[in-house]
Amino acid sequence: MYKIAVLGDYDSIYGFATLGLDTFPVNTRDEATETLAKLAGGGYGIIYITEAWAAELKHEISRYQEQLTPAIIQIPGISGNTGAGIAGVKKSVEVAVGSDILFSNQ
Amino acid sequence: MASKQITPTRMELTKTKKKLVTARRGHKLLKDKRDELMRQFLDLVKENMALRQKVEAGILSANKNFVIAKAGMDEATLNTALMAPKQEVNLEVGQKNVMSVNIPVFNTTTRTADVNDIYSYGFAFTSSDLDGAVKSLADILPDMLRLAETEKACQLMAAEIEKTRRRVNALEHVTIPEAQETIKYITMKLDENERSSQIRLMKVKDMMLEEAHHYSERQ
Repeated sequence: MYKIAVLGDYDSIYGFATLGLDTFPVNTRDEATETLAKLAGGGYGIIYITEAWAAELKHEISRYQEQLTPAIIQIPGISGNTGAGIAGVKKSVEVAVGSDILFSNQ
Repeated sequence: MASKQITPTRMELTKTKKKLVTARRGHKLLKDKRDELMRQFLDLVKENMALRQKVEAGILSANKNFVIAKAGMDEATLNTALMAPKQEVNLEVGQKNVMSVNIPVFNTTTRTADVNDIYSYGFAFTSSDLDGAVKSLADILPDMLRLAETEKACQLMAAEIEKTRRRVNALEHVTIPEAQETIKYITMKLDENERSSQIRLMKVKDMMLEEAHHYSERQ
């Protein structure tokens, strides 16, 4: 049985706790790296991560890209949408097709 | 294939011909796999994009609601209200095989059956804005789960498409032409050998006849 985690700064993620997701507020880079590694190895099927922290932990996240679990999904934080999530979708189109033929005008 | 050392024998020729047949079949199969994967990927990625836009808009408005809720009450009350969540979400991860790519299927079960059972606080000390904020976040959750599923599937399929495309190209532009050239080289070499031995035999026959009948063909 897997669980769902939300990783990010406290203000962005505290609401998710009411839904029954496990929230993990982090403040420093080391803390975030450590938490992510722990979550990925510790029975979490989906890890939602705020775009700001995902940008910091790009290298760590790319390691889990080709594994079935965990699915690491970027969500916008309280500071606003950086467009990194959309860029991620565009990138997977680019990997598959060779160039972004679907969303290049968005 | 001057760079590679090939022994021009019949055995090598048979081997290379078999290799060519296998390579052609592999090429066709992989090409079909790539095309089908691509078709499914394009459908999935469109859904992924739509879901992502919806989820991002939803989270944005939920965040706004939370900010308003937070403004209406002091932090200690808010923290107390959200301290002990009532609901718990458990996730079951299944697998679906799409053209030999394993993509995840997420099934969630909540601890209490009632989906509205999300308010982990009494209503006495919190503002009604908080109820709205929590509700707006709860509404977006099913889409978030679906987003996780499609986005992960897209990533996995994109990686697989890239790999398959490389293989198709390698077969098409390297392995198959190489095998064809090897076959050509060996056939030519074998023909050449045959001709040279034929000539040698004719020559020997001439010499033997000359010896036996004491005449000279070459005057």
